[in-house]
Amino acid sequence: MAKRFNIRMAGVGGQGVVTGSHILSTAVINAGGESTIVPFYGSEKRMAPVESYVRVSDEPIYEIGEITFPHIIIIFHPQVITHGKSYTMPFYFGLKEDGIALINNDGPMKLHKDQARELEERRAKLYYFPATKLSLEVAGMDLATNMALMGCIGAITGLTNMAGLEQAVKDRFLGKGFVVSGGTAALDSVVERKFKKKQELIDKNVAVMRAGWNYAVDHGWASADVKRVEEPAAAASA
Amino acid sequence: MSEALEAQQKTNPQGDPITSVAAPKSDGKKDPHADAKRQKIVTPEYMFHEAPRTKEFITGSEAAKEAIRRSNVDLAVAYPITPQSETMQLVGVLYGEGYVKEYYRGEEEVGVMAAIAGGSRSGVRCFTATAGPGTLRGMEGIASWPGHRLPAVAMFTCRVVNAPLAIQPDNIEVAYLLNCGMIVFHAENQQDMFDFIMAGFAISEKNDVTLPVGVCCDGFFVTHARGYVRMQDRGIKLPPREAWRGAVPVLDAENPPARLSRDAPVQKSNFMAYNIHAVWQQEVWAAVERSRKYISKYMGGMLTAENVEGADAVIIASGSACAQSREAVRLCKEKGLNVGLIKVRSLRPFPTQELRQLCGKVKLIVVPEFNYVGWLAKEVATAIYGYSKAKIIGGPRVYGGQSMPVELIVDEVESGLTGKKSTNVALSSIMGGAVNPDEVAHFMRSI
Repeated sequence: MAKRFNIRMAGVGGQGVVTGSHILSTAVINAGGESTIVPFYGSEKRMAPVESYVRVSDEPIYEIGEITFPHIIIIFHPQVITHGKSYTMPFYFGLKEDGIALINNDGPMKLHKDQARELEERRAKLYYFPATKLSLEVAGMDLATNMALMGCIGAITGLTNMAGLEQAVKDRFLGKGFVVSGGTAALDSVVERKFKKKQELIDKNVAVMRAGWNYAVDHGWASADVKRVEEPAAAASA
Repeated sequence: MSEALEAQQKTNPQGDPITSVAAPKSDGKKDPHADAKRQKIVTPEYMFHEAPRTKEFITGSEAAKEAIRRSNVDLAVAYPITPQSETMQLVGVLYGEGYVKEYYRGEEEVGVMAAIAGGSRSGVRCFTATAGPGTLRGMEGIASWPGHRLPAVAMFTCRVVNAPLAIQPDNIEVAYLLNCGMIVFHAENQQDMFDFIMAGFAISEKNDVTLPVGVCCDGFFVTHARGYVRMQDRGIKLPPREAWRGAVPVLDAENPPARLSRDAPVQKSNFMAYNIHAVWQQEVWAAVERSRKYISKYMGGMLTAENVEGADAVIIASGSACAQSREAVRLCKEKGLNVGLIKVRSLRPFPTQELRQLCGKVKLIVVPEFNYVGWLAKEVATAIYGYSKAKIIGGPRVYGGQSMPVELIVDEVESGLTGKKSTNVALSSIMGGAVNPDEVAHFMRSI
């Protein structure tokens, strides 16, 4: 049977939900797999709801559009849950039985008792992952939150590898047929001013990604065949 | 390097989204049209069947752009309606690179469709793309193109046109296009967009066709998302339009009088007018019929059929519904159900004979659609009436541009096979002689 994950990512404007999904998708393809993405957002503004849908597989994918019944959901921002900043409510709507919810938060969140019950009924695995904290620790900024999450999900699905992810980040920042929206282009220039040099930017993103990957392995979330990767000391100390 | 990127971001006078495919900047030494000038002309046969292809992972809009690059287009007219795809913006980049000879932004769709009519009538190869409300606004012009025998290709990236307003893909606008007299293709994915547009030019300009071709896709799903597209080298292109081959002479503005309306009596209600109208429309629809052979030749047929023989049930779909159906077939297989798939590529002409032949022994047909009215289910039922005893489930359907969950299609196949009541399809949309209403539907029974 095909190894197949339909992933729904929900976050808020400015977090790089769409960028993250492009990178995961490209990384899976770089590693010889198959992937498609569908971004979904309204007005492009900070803190407005954003969703992106990524399908990854080791077989051809034909299905298009939003994912109603995902295997995995990724929550980029706790406000998706606490403030309902999402196109999909509640955040786990449609999650398949035995599905995974990867949530960017420093620890377990207190969910409404009905939500906790429904998640339990469908045997959902809740993975709380401090992606923003990790990004601040490793890169000194929260803008690499998406990289931490993509590293983590890369290890969970086991459909890509660190080389594939690194190449995807390089493609993203060195521009290889990457279509971005006006809002994202403006954000890019902010990021670039902050880092001055592109190579430094890529190195830090990759370092956060590696940390995310290892976090998944260390917590036993990763796919059976996935191993820890090396974390470069230079980037970590910056 | 970062400086170069900043400069690129400022080149955005009209506030359009910036894409990675900006027009090349001229340093005053290199001719920005150099690559376009080096393109070699090849025959359509070589282009479609023999030319080696390489695979790229691009959006539907980029696929359309690449098709236009290789199609030797003379005139492209854009209007950036919202919702829209990036297609016409990217075609503008091609104009900057010299691959398209003329390009401008029309006032709005009435003006754009009139400009396409004028361009085509004057003998050049024309292209435009619009979406949703833009299609409907341009419909007056579009509906008159076939009668004026205007070869052109128009791309319709379907969006919602009925209330309440939304900008997601709902392909109800195809229902309006089907009755114009134009040739209508429905693309499933980015590859289809690329292939159908290029084949569209070749078919459109055949002497015994001389009709516009509409290439539809379910916008956003196809235009804004990426997929694999196998493309020929960008150094080759189709032969130019040879207007003298067309069924009607081109408008010669240099040598008046030039008349668009053939005869004065057309404008009066008398028997001459009715007669002329009848002859004219009969000829338009006869030309639609004659395009069948070219669709077979350049596109490999009006439909594709997979695993139909001996299947428990057959899904018939077009556009994005096909993509969802492929996954439904896979999920059904995991449940032990043997399901076939017929993908309808050409809606006008419609593959009536092919469906009659394929569906003769089929017991259950499921027709999933991305619109409320179910235009494809009606087309299928009309085509196979009297030739098949199949129960036809006209659904599931999604509205307002919702993505169809694959699981809904699986549900309909299962309920159709087991006799379990359908949860998603109205009684009026379940067709077939031997259908007992009490057994099939409980959804909106009273309708």
